Amino acid sequence: MASATYAVFERYMVLYKRLWRASLFSSFALPLLFLASIGLGVGQYVGELGGVSYAQWIVPGVLASTAFQMALGESTYPVLGSFKWDRSAHAMYATRVSIWDMLRGWLLYLVVRVQIAVAVFLLVVWPFGGLASPWALVTPLVAAVLTVAVAAPVTAFAASIEHDSYFALLFRFVMIPATLFSGVFFPVEQLGWLRVLAYVSPLWHAVVLCRWATLGEVTPWPAWAHVAVLGAFVVGGLWWARVAFARRLRD
Amino acid sequence: MAEPLIQARGLVKRFGDFTAVDGIDLEVAPGEAFGFLGPNGAGKSSTMRMISCVSMPSAGELRILGRDPRVEGPAIRARLGVCPQLDNLDPDLNVRENLTTYARYFGLSRAQARAKAEELLEFAQLTEKASSLVEPLSGGMKRRLTIARAMVNDPDLVLLDEPTTGLDPQARHLLWERLFRLKQRGVTLVLTTHYMDEAEQLCDRLVVMDRGRIVAEGSPRQLIEAYSSPEVVELRFGLDELAGLVPLLQGVGERVDPLPDRLLLYAKDGDAAVNEVHRRGLTPSSVLVRRSSLEDVFLHLTGRTLVD
Amino acid sequence: MMSVAVARRLVRSLDQGVSPRRVGAVVNRNVGALRSGASYWLVLLSGFFEPLLYLLSIGVGVGALVGEIPLGDGRVISYAVFVAPAMLAASAMNGALAETTFNFFFKMKYAKTFEAILATPVRPFEVALGELSWAMIRSAFYTAAFLVVMVVFDLAEPWWALAAFPATLLVGLAFGAVGMAASTFMRGWQDFDLLTAAQFSLFLFSGTFSPVGAYPPVLEAVVAATPLFHAVELVRGLALGQVGWGLLGHAAYLVVMVAAGLWLAARRIQRVLCA
Repeated sequence: MASATYAVFERYMVLYKRLWRASLFSSFALPLLFLASIGLGVGQYVGELGGVSYAQWIVPGVLASTAFQMALGESTYPVLGSFKWDRSAHAMYATRVSIWDMLRGWLLYLVVRVQIAVAVFLLVVWPFGGLASPWALVTPLVAAVLTVAVAAPVTAFAASIEHDSYFALLFRFVMIPATLFSGVFFPVEQLGWLRVLAYVSPLWHAVVLCRWATLGEVTPWPAWAHVAVLGAFVVGGLWWARVAFARRLRD
Repeated sequence: MAEPLIQARGLVKRFGDFTAVDGIDLEVAPGEAFGFLGPNGAGKSSTMRMISCVSMPSAGELRILGRDPRVEGPAIRARLGVCPQLDNLDPDLNVRENLTTYARYFGLSRAQARAKAEELLEFAQLTEKASSLVEPLSGGMKRRLTIARAMVNDPDLVLLDEPTTGLDPQARHLLWERLFRLKQRGVTLVLTTHYMDEAEQLCDRLVVMDRGRIVAEGSPRQLIEAYSSPEVVELRFGLDELAGLVPLLQGVGERVDPLPDRLLLYAKDGDAAVNEVHRRGLTPSSVLVRRSSLEDVFLHLTGRTLVD
Repeated sequence: MMSVAVARRLVRSLDQGVSPRRVGAVVNRNVGALRSGASYWLVLLSGFFEPLLYLLSIGVGVGALVGEIPLGDGRVISYAVFVAPAMLAASAMNGALAETTFNFFFKMKYAKTFEAILATPVRPFEVALGELSWAMIRSAFYTAAFLVVMVVFDLAEPWWALAAFPATLLVGLAFGAVGMAASTFMRGWQDFDLLTAAQFSLFLFSGTFSPVGAYPPVLEAVVAATPLFHAVELVRGLALGQVGWGLLGHAAYLVVMVAAGLWLAARRIQRVLCA
């Protein structure tokens, strides 16, 4: 039921209108600060990488990692809270809204949030020559797929746990390592055999796709293979989320 | 008679080894105000969750609005209004937004949702609080808002799980008065409660549940007539003597029930029974003659006092 | 002027008799809380990994792209050696702030822990000292473990690592005291977004990942006024064995933070909870 999905989406947008200020820093300022500190600051000592300046080289990485961190971060406390604290998920489910409607509306909202952040980021870096190719216009699409690939399984996880202290562990043992070792700041080839860890990180696949789009850098695997991995995260995550929601709402 | 809105045969709900609802039968007709009465853990809330098509029956037959909740959950829920035991209002939205957002879940257009919200704010006497966030509202206001929210889709059936638990007496009476209005409008109400006075105030018909089963069914009056007597005398003595006194009261009224702190005498005529007690040379420290209530019915049926 | 008033105030609090036993009791409560929840242990432990991961990613990973970096005194060192002391200082800051901000605020506002404690003979100043001591234990645990890692990976000489340890304690104390004072002004969780933003900005721009000398002059001047810069300079100076009078200036900055933070925190706890 499309309109039920839209009603769910609308609810999150009404919330966002009230709470957007709180996310200004993490959505808009943080990626630019990272770019300045590492890209420009450390970049002076790096010189060129792959034929472009280091700052240019990490632009697509920072873009994808922004989508990754937003999708992951937003899918933690708010999701658990909707089952445990304000019980808004139960309120929705008492109406004609189905579990699919809830998931679709929620993920659509996250995609829109990420698109706004990505658009602002692109507009800021564009004048500085951060984008070498017109294919950069594809990056929002990659960011959207990455958002769902990350948000769906994390939403499922958040709907499955009883206590929010697991989130601190998720941030420290999943989000931060994934951000630091998924080819955002240096090529994963440097990791030696540890690079297989990057292969299971959806962020790495999105980073190489974005780098291909903005700089024309050849992807390590065929592009369709990277897309397929992200697709697997989407499908697996949605399936898990549906099961987790049903268990929580129906018991 | 019109087709029943709720129809259950041998309805069972199990959680692992625990059987919360143990084979109940019931029917609720359009326009009725129907109550589930029982202590905590009797299976009322589990039954309500099955009726609201959120929790699936473990066994038995259940039809809501003539449909099967296992197959047509969302379609049935589209015609229900649910007021859960724990308020699940949106704390980040204001009062009006809580109503409009919820209305959108039911597919109302924005304009319809706004109009409906104004009407319901009026009904819940919250018009002045429309722009306030939910958090600072009193318990009674929050509950009225939850009930108003349950009305946004003009439901065929309104489900209220312990609507007045935790409210102060004034808030309860205001809420009863609002619910009574709904009833007058012909809205079908199904509610659970562990308050006798609430069941007597609101319900045309009710079932008493205990340990997952229905132990009695009827109108409040019928139940009192069937399981109690028109009047009850409460006698208090020194604490230790109670059990020993029962034989001495044989034949006074219809029945004697010793509680830990007092004796209950069930009688057609309370004053006559008190006279008889005095005539037998007993001197209670206090005597209270009152009308029989559902509390007495429950005590009789389960042998336990109803405490929450 | 400020520091004289602070010192006088501190002496007066001490005159009233700070009891080490009562301060110990406040610390003890936190140790008890630690034992009660398995997940809190894990969360606590995990705090150690964050700076380590940054060291591996930026220090070693990006370091491989950078190669060597010139220090002010003409020496040239590997990039990982340059970043490691900065991560150490940031780790001391994060460890202390985690206890004195989020956890402290929760105890004050929601768990009503302090209300219960202050109903006993324990005084507000003792609560502040007790909480700070606990934050220091946490922070010291992180920095000690991190120093061991630095020595094992040959990023610091053992004796200089030992010399840097007390400096990290001072860093923890300084941020802990100021964080605690800031927590007493917090109105709700939304204010913590500001704190997180500030903490992260400091982390990125305090001479942590590249020498401040290479920043634009305006940014360099701003950074020179912020606390993590002084913490990084002090810890890096000791860890790399670059000892000079300048280190005393950085240390003095942190000492003032300790005194001002403690004084303000105790005063605010008194006002918020004993009103």
